[in-house]
This record gives sequence, C-alpha cells and structure tokens, in this order.
Amino acid sequence: MIIDKIIVTLLGIMGIAFTYWFFLMKRSKEVIVKDSIDIIVDGGYSPEVISIAKGKTTKINFLRKDPTDCLEEVVLSDFKIRKHLPLNQKITIELTPQKAGEFGYACGMNMYHGKIIVK
Amino acid sequence: MDIKKTFSVKGMHCASCVTLIERSLKEVEGIKNATVNLATEKATVTYDPLKVNDSHLSSAVANAGYQAFLGDEMTHERDEQAEKKKELQALKIKVIVSLALGALILWGSFPGLMNTAPKILQNFLVQLLLATPVQFWAGWSFYRATISALKHRIANMDTLVAIGTTVAYVYSAFVTVLPHVVESIGIEAFPYFDVATIIIGLILLGRYFEAKAKAGTSEAIKKLIGLQAKTARVIRDGKEADISMSEVEIGDLIRVRPGEKIPVDGVIEEGESSIDESMVTGESIPVDKTKGDTVVGATINKTGTFTFKATKVGQETMLAQIIKLVQEAQGSKAPIQRLADLVSSYFVPAVLMLAIITFVAWYVIGPAPALTFALLNTVAVLIIACPCAMGLATPTAIMVGTGKGAEQGILIKDAESLEIAHKINTIIFDKTGTLTKGKPEVTDIIVVDDANKDEALKIAASLEKGSEHSLAESIVKDAENKNLALSKAEKFQAIPGHGVEGIIEGKRVIFGNRKLMQRENISIGSQEGNISQLETEGKTVMMLAVAGKLIALIAVADTVKESALEGVKQLQRLGIEVAMITGDNQRTANAIAQKVGITRVLAEVLPNQKEAEVKKIQAEGRIVAMVGDGINDAPALAAADVGIAMGSGTDVAIEAADITLINKDLKSVATAIILSKKTMKTIRLNLIWAFGYNVILIPVAMGLLYPFFHILLNPIFASVAMATSSVSVVSNSLLLKRKKIN
Repeated sequence: MIIDKIIVTLLGIMGIAFTYWFFLMKRSKEVIVKDSIDIIVDGGYSPEVISIAKGKTTKINFLRKDPTDCLEEVVLSDFKIRKHLPLNQKITIELTPQKAGEFGYACGMNMYHGKIIVK
Repeated sequence: MDIKKTFSVKGMHCASCVTLIERSLKEVEGIKNATVNLATEKATVTYDPLKVNDSHLSSAVANAGYQAFLGDEMTHERDEQAEKKKELQALKIKVIVSLALGALILWGSFPGLMNTAPKILQNFLVQLLLATPVQFWAGWSFYRATISALKHRIANMDTLVAIGTTVAYVYSAFVTVLPHVVESIGIEAFPYFDVATIIIGLILLGRYFEAKAKAGTSEAIKKLIGLQAKTARVIRDGKEADISMSEVEIGDLIRVRPGEKIPVDGVIEEGESSIDESMVTGESIPVDKTKGDTVVGATINKTGTFTFKATKVGQETMLAQIIKLVQEAQGSKAPIQRLADLVSSYFVPAVLMLAIITFVAWYVIGPAPALTFALLNTVAVLIIACPCAMGLATPTAIMVGTGKGAEQGILIKDAESLEIAHKINTIIFDKTGTLTKGKPEVTDIIVVDDANKDEALKIAASLEKGSEHSLAESIVKDAENKNLALSKAEKFQAIPGHGVEGIIEGKRVIFGNRKLMQRENISIGSQEGNISQLETEGKTVMMLAVAGKLIALIAVADTVKESALEGVKQLQRLGIEVAMITGDNQRTANAIAQKVGITRVLAEVLPNQKEAEVKKIQAEGRIVAMVGDGINDAPALAAADVGIAMGSGTDVAIEAADITLINKDLKSVATAIILSKKTMKTIRLNLIWAFGYNVILIPVAMGLLYPFFHILLNPIFASVAMATSSVSVVSNSLLLKRKKIN
C-alpha cells in the first residue's frame, strides 16, 4: 500500500502547485477605454482590468448576467460608489478621476475583484 | 405651459416600433410632440401637464403594445424589492426541500438513528435518488457560480461548497453503484449522502437569513428615498395642478396645505406654518416659518397653508444631497478593512491548498480507514471556511452606522471619517454661530464726552452697511430699528481681524477693536474701565473714532445656544478636551467659555490663523476635531483630523466637512462621536469573529486536535458553523441600529 500513498502525495503536490498557479498567478489583460465600456458581470468582471483617462468622464456600464448573490452589488470604494446591479440590466457609472493610479473594485462581499487604472 | 419628459420604453426591436409608439403617443390629447429613439430605448414627449399625466403616457405606449417605464427611483426600488422577494421565495423552497430530503437520508444512515428508520430509507440506492435533486437542483447555484468564476480563474465561497459537496456525493454514488470496488480494497462501502444534502440545505438556509439581514443594512437609504414627495401642487398661470416631482421647475409657485409634505426646497412667499423637519434634521420640535423663511423638501407642513417658490429641485434639493452623501459614505472603505481585503484575496485558494494537504496527510499518515477520514476531513475544511464573513464585517457596520447617523441629522462623508472620529480627544468649537446663535445684538452704547448715542450708532451703522461681518449686521439692524437715516460711506475698507474704516460726511471714521485703535494711535485710556466691564460680561466691544478721536463704545453680545452647556458636558464626560476658538479678545472669550463650561480658550485668533491653531494642537499629539459653520472656517475644518460642520437648517455646506450636523443641536457632536465609537466596536467584534472563526475552526476541521484529543469536525457541523458565521456578522451590524447613541 506504499505506492498509493506516494501517488496521493505526488498528486497532492501537483494539486497545490496547480491551485497556486491557476488562481494566484493569473495576469489580466488591460483594456484601454476611450469613452465607455461594457463590463459583463458573470463569475467575475470582464474585462477585469480597464484603463481610463485622468480628468475625463468615462462611462462604465455594468451588466450582471450572473444571479450569484455576491455579485449583486459592485463597490468602487475609491470613488465612493456602491451600486446595486439588477440582473440583466445595464447600470452605468460615470467616473471623472482626478488622480492617476490603480483603483480596485469588488463585489459587495469582496470576493470578486476588478481594477481601474487611471492614466 | 408645456413640459418635456423622457422615459424608457421596453420591447422595441425595429424602426416600425418607433413609428407605432410615436403615433400612439401623439394621438393623446395634450401631447404636442413625441419622439422615440430605438437605440437608447427612450421616448421624449412634450405635453400640457394640465391635460396629460403619467398614466396617459403609459397607457398610450401600452396600446401600441410596448411598456413604458415612467417611474422614479421609488418605483425602481419597489421593482428591485419585488425581484428580491421572488428570489428569496425560490431560495426558501430549495432550503425546505433539501433539508427535508437531507433529514430523511440522515434518518436512514446515521449510526444509532438508522435502526428506527423504515427499511426503504436505509437503502443506499433510495438515498442516491433522494440526494440527487438536492445536489443538482438546489445546489445548482453553487455549480453555476463555480463554473463562471473558474472561467475567470477565480475561486470563491461557491467553489468551496461545490467541491466539498461534490466530493461527498460522488464518493457516495460510487460506493452505492459499485460497492465491490471499494470493498475489494478493504473499505466498507458506506455512502455519505446525508453530508452532501444537509450541507447544501444548511448553507442555503444561511444564505436565506443573510439575504434577509443584508436588506436591513441598506434600510436607511430606502427610508430616505421614501421621504420624497410624489407630487407637487403647482400654481402656473393662475391655475393649480398636481404634477409629478420630475416636472417641478425652479421658480415654480407651490401650494402646501396642512398635513402635506413639502415637495422641494424653497422660500415661503405667502402664509405661515409650523413645520416638522425631524426627518431631515433629527430635531423633534416643529419649527415655525413665515414669509421669507426657507423650507426643505420632504419635511411635513403641520398647521397652516402657504405658498412657496421652488429654489432647488431634483438632484439639488437638500434631501437629494443627503441621499447622495449617505450613498457615497456607504460606498467608501474604512482603513480598518485593509487587512480583511488582503486576506480575502488569497483566502479561497489557500483553503483549497489546505484541503489538499488535509486529504494527503490523512491518507498517508492517518489511521484506518484512511480514505474515509481523508474524505470527510477534506470536506469539512472546504465547508467550514467562510470568506464571506470577512468581506461583510466592515461594510455592513459602516452601512448601518452611516444610515443611523443620517436618521439623526448626522451626515458622515465617508467610512474613513467615521473611523477617525472615534479617536478624537480634542474638540475645538468655533464661537460665533456654533456655540452662539450667531445673531449678535447691540446691548450697550457708551458715548465719550458730549457725543450723542443715536448719532454714534448712525455713524457706525453707515460705515458697517458695506461690511459682511455678522457683528456689522447687528449694528445696522439696531440703527434701522431706531429709524436712523444712514449716510453714505466712501472709501470703505474692511481690515480683517481689526474692523472697518471709511469716510462719512468728509470725516475719516474707524470702527473696530482695540487692535485697530492701537494701530491708528487713538487713545482709549479714559474708557478702559468701561471696556473691561463689558468684556467681562462676555460682550464684544467695538470702538468708534471719528477724525482721530474716540467718540463711542458699542457693545454687542451674541446669545449662547441652549444646547451648548450640555453639549460640551457630554463631550467632557467622554473624556474629550473641549476648546473654544474666537477672534474676540481674551476677556470676552473667557466670559463666553465660562458660560458653556469650556476652560481652554483660544482668543484673538484672526480668521486666517485658525488653521494654524488647529495644527498647533495636533502637534501636541492630539487627534483634533474642529466644529464650525463650514462656510467661514473651511481651512480650519480641512486641517483638523475631523472637520465637523454645524448647519443651521438649510444652508449647510455639506461638501466642506467630514461630518455635517444638519441640526443646530450641539449635543449632536457627542452623538456623532458615540456613533463612531459604537460602529468601530461593532466592526472590531465582526473582524475578530470572522478572522477568529476561520483561524480556529479550519485547523480543527483539518484534524489538528485529533492526535491530542481525538476531536474531529463532522462536515455537517462544519456547515452549521459556516451557515451561521456570516449571518452572525450581519446580525451584529444590525444590532447597531438598536444601540443608544444619544
């Protein structure tokens, strides 16, 4: 019965490595937004990372397609915005950032995350 | 007068729909023009409000076979609530079905209990049949969320539940269908369908309670939105008509009858009444208002009928501003949340890794039956972990705290201000308009030699007419009351912190404080006794000199607010040092400070020096709050750790401060600080609970206590703990609502 223990241990190590790589080492592609963008809310935010211009008003339209409770709110705390996202309805948030930098946003329970880069 | 309105139309899919709706709308009598835009799904209509109302518009659109959405924020709110109710109902059914089926399976499989169960329930195939709908129908939401999250390489709560219950279900199904395979490797073919089903049932039950509780955290905003009036009785061209709020324009004359809600902000044109403003200011006593007084939308007219001119409508009204501010505060993040943020971004992947370690460890070095132990403990680890509690700990408390504040007329700009406020140990009050009513009156006029009192007042008032200082207003008012004809002042100039100067009837006149007299080398020695006496009484003494000679002393006094003494005492009881800052001289300032129980007095501070005084106290290592009117002392408010602006009814400078007190009650300052302290206490308790729960129970679920005490966590108990953890965090935040803060 030693062989099975070795196999389980090896699979376990591979599982841990895979979990680390899959969830913690992902790199999201940055989407440059000109005037407005639709962000689909379905198991996360896509696109997840957007970059917008400083001092200019950009419309971010959230469209929630996922009924998961977690996602029913989106919180852009750096911009002091907490919005309810009704299912299958476009909710527009207008941002006119005055400061450059990276600003994270998340769902109401802080489980799903996205990022707004202001340049 | 025609009005224009834009509203959403649903159900359009082609250009012919546009024509159809436009035609249907134009057929309504009173509609002058109608244009429909397919791309934006919006209709814009110009119509006579006396002939057409919202129901005409929606029925015209409905006649064409489409749906019009004319509702305001309230209607959307109601729609959302209805949708939420439906979701909750569906969730409730899932909870009942899963727990009922789970209970049957548990009865048929739990050692000690199974002997009492009918034979059919003990049959593994029957258990598989009962467990399957729970796993894939009731538990579908976990799978759905997991699949969509995995596409984004995200793991969440649902991932943990989905993996945990699937492991239990698949293993159980396997041993049920192919028992000989497991038996051949020496393991008893015993399924764990009860684990999978009960876990799903209990976690859904937890979600049900959590959703209900969470709705309570945003109640304050709903209440505020609900305060809005629905219609306004507008008088246009001599005709009165009830029109919807979106049609009210600035300058409209609006009639309000007893018992009615005042629709928008404005100024009374005719009539008088007693108005209940408690819903906006938190002050319970109705306020008497008459011509020229401002009224606030959403407050209730108690007794009289009056007409007022709308000065602010739509998003500009006081109520809309309050709603916006509370919404913003609820969307902001408290610095204390940073650690929770950091942890939650690694949490679920970390739990997945710990679950793998648990499985491997139990399988490799655990006691027999190793596979069973490994499986059950892995499931327990996956199920017990609760990242939601950490995510909810701070924001729910902030939402309840800021909402509770708004109900009492305390508006908090953001979560950060609320957090800092509990650390305040020094509060500086601006004197004029904050501790005092800000409406000074002339109390004494003392003339020098043979000068005439009225003549002195006339000269002072003529000069002060050009000044904006609050003291100037009292002098001019007093002269007007005495029907004195004022002269024209030339070359008027205000000297900040000193007084004013100008030329009246060819003579140079200066009027101001001691510093001004010193600067102009005017002797006041003969009046020193009188000046000291007046100042000791808390009066501000101004000296009038004409052509280089002192001719009169005019003393002005401001009344201390009724709530000042108690407000200061409450703060002192909280262990906070209270100081007063004023431009008055030391003696006058001391007299006022004594009346309100303040010992630290910062007197003779010029308006532009207030900021520096605040910084000086901060340099002593104190956390300073500055309380002012938010208009004249904005730099000092900004320099303080927490700037608190005290409004006087309507003219509140909301943007200027971290905390705005809409009412004039000085006791609200202590209330705001107590609210901050209680909210922070709730947040700390929530965070300790949420972190402690995971830090203690995950190792227990992994079986770390087993080698010492033979303690293991049954996955079903893990699901009970998990289901209650986020509910308890939200409920603890809701308890804040019941806490007494004043």
